[in-house]
Amino acid sequence: MFEVPEDRKYQESHEYATTDGETATIGITDFAQDELGDVVFVELPAVGDEITQNEAFGVVESIKAVSDLYAPISGTVTAVNEELFDRPELVNEDPYGDGWMLEIDVADESAFDDLLSAEEYREQTE
Amino acid sequence: MALRKPPLYDAYAAEATFTEFGGWEMPVEFDSIRAEHTAVRESVGIFDVSHMGEIVVSGADATELMQRLASNDITRLSPGESQYSAITDESGIILDDTIVYRLPEGEEYLFVPNAGHDEEIHDRWVDYRDQWNLDATVENQTEAWAMVAVQGPDAAATVDRVTDVDVTSLSKGDVVTAEIDGVESLTARTGYTGEDGFEILCPTEEAPILWSAFEGDCTPCGLGSRDTLRTEMGYLLSGQDFDPDAEPRTPYEAGIGWTVALDTDFVGRDALAEIEAAGVEETFVGLVLRERGIARHGYDIAVDGDVVGHVTSGTMSPTLGEAIALGYVPSSLSTPGTEIAVVVRDQEKRAEIVSTPFIEDN
Repeated sequence: MFEVPEDRKYQESHEYATTDGETATIGITDFAQDELGDVVFVELPAVGDEITQNEAFGVVESIKAVSDLYAPISGTVTAVNEELFDRPELVNEDPYGDGWMLEIDVADESAFDDLLSAEEYREQTE
Repeated sequence: MALRKPPLYDAYAAEATFTEFGGWEMPVEFDSIRAEHTAVRESVGIFDVSHMGEIVVSGADATELMQRLASNDITRLSPGESQYSAITDESGIILDDTIVYRLPEGEEYLFVPNAGHDEEIHDRWVDYRDQWNLDATVENQTEAWAMVAVQGPDAAATVDRVTDVDVTSLSKGDVVTAEIDGVESLTARTGYTGEDGFEILCPTEEAPILWSAFEGDCTPCGLGSRDTLRTEMGYLLSGQDFDPDAEPRTPYEAGIGWTVALDTDFVGRDALAEIEAAGVEETFVGLVLRERGIARHGYDIAVDGDVVGHVTSGTMSPTLGEAIALGYVPSSLSTPGTEIAVVVRDQEKRAEIVSTPFIEDN
């Protein structure tokens, strides 16, 4: 069984966003990291860049696959997990913790309503 | 068309994830490609490679038929030896590459075309045999044989424990008949990983016995790690690093000119003699990215903004932790140390031509 924490919301394309107010942390789910296998490369936007809900904001590559990352929510990037550039395997080891990708300043909190709840996402991956 | 399932499918279906390869549904990954790769480099892993073809050629003219359709000199093989060879068309383009085993008894050959090529290569052998009026029997035995590869520095000790013959004394490329848990096998000291290892053939229906014989001793490995292992060695992948339609290349361009015995008479020989004399315009090379990124199949290779070549295989090397790739560039740019760029999602990433294998050859 894959871990699906309750304290965040999910995109059908397997990204998550935490929902603690104006700032959101974005990454990919446990299910996604398992599907990809060994993550070896992550390409992310820079601090200050804007990302737009449902649009590609970066790329994650495992040994066997290249995958676009889609923004679960719109906003301005306030922090980038640069640790992933040297240790992309953190995405596999701890996707909801040390394997986070971006922190953003959320443009419109009502857009969280477009995302799946933990329960809904769990159903999708079963 | 339905995918062909390897005879060991049920043995590991619950443990592996699968991919389509050459018309077969094959395991791509068991635990993790990186873990499987490391097991083969440091201890021992086992692969189901039953998707590889098996063509058996026997009869009075078996040697002549093999000699006239494969680029290497088959007459150098004694019983129980094997040889890497290219199969070329009249213009010298590689159709497939193969290992030819001269079986331990008599003048009979078993050779191994790549996945999905068995029918076309079988037909080629039959058509030329008839055209040349040779006395040879050609049988496509792909469905009759299962094949596993046991690879890694511990492979010899591991295989020796289960066989009734001493396999540790075999030379590289040797093939013997060996019994494993009552199963009659053909055991060859060959492989596609750059490590010591064995490729073991047995009748399809007995494949599960063979697989069980190694259970617990070997890490099960899928095609994902098979690909990273061979890429680190700079070994060609049929259908990707050469392909008669998508990537038509001669053995000289593909870096396997040493498999071309110009002093023998085979289909493609005359064209290859001319190409050998003239030199090739493009050459198969290894390259390493010097910037963050991964070069993959189909990406362009550029110099000063101009596309000069392309990548045919590329991955993150689990051994080196560097992005390595194989591809074709103009021969003038093929010297190790030459700086080029690989175009990754419209961005040029600095890279350098290096010699292959990328790692030390064991």
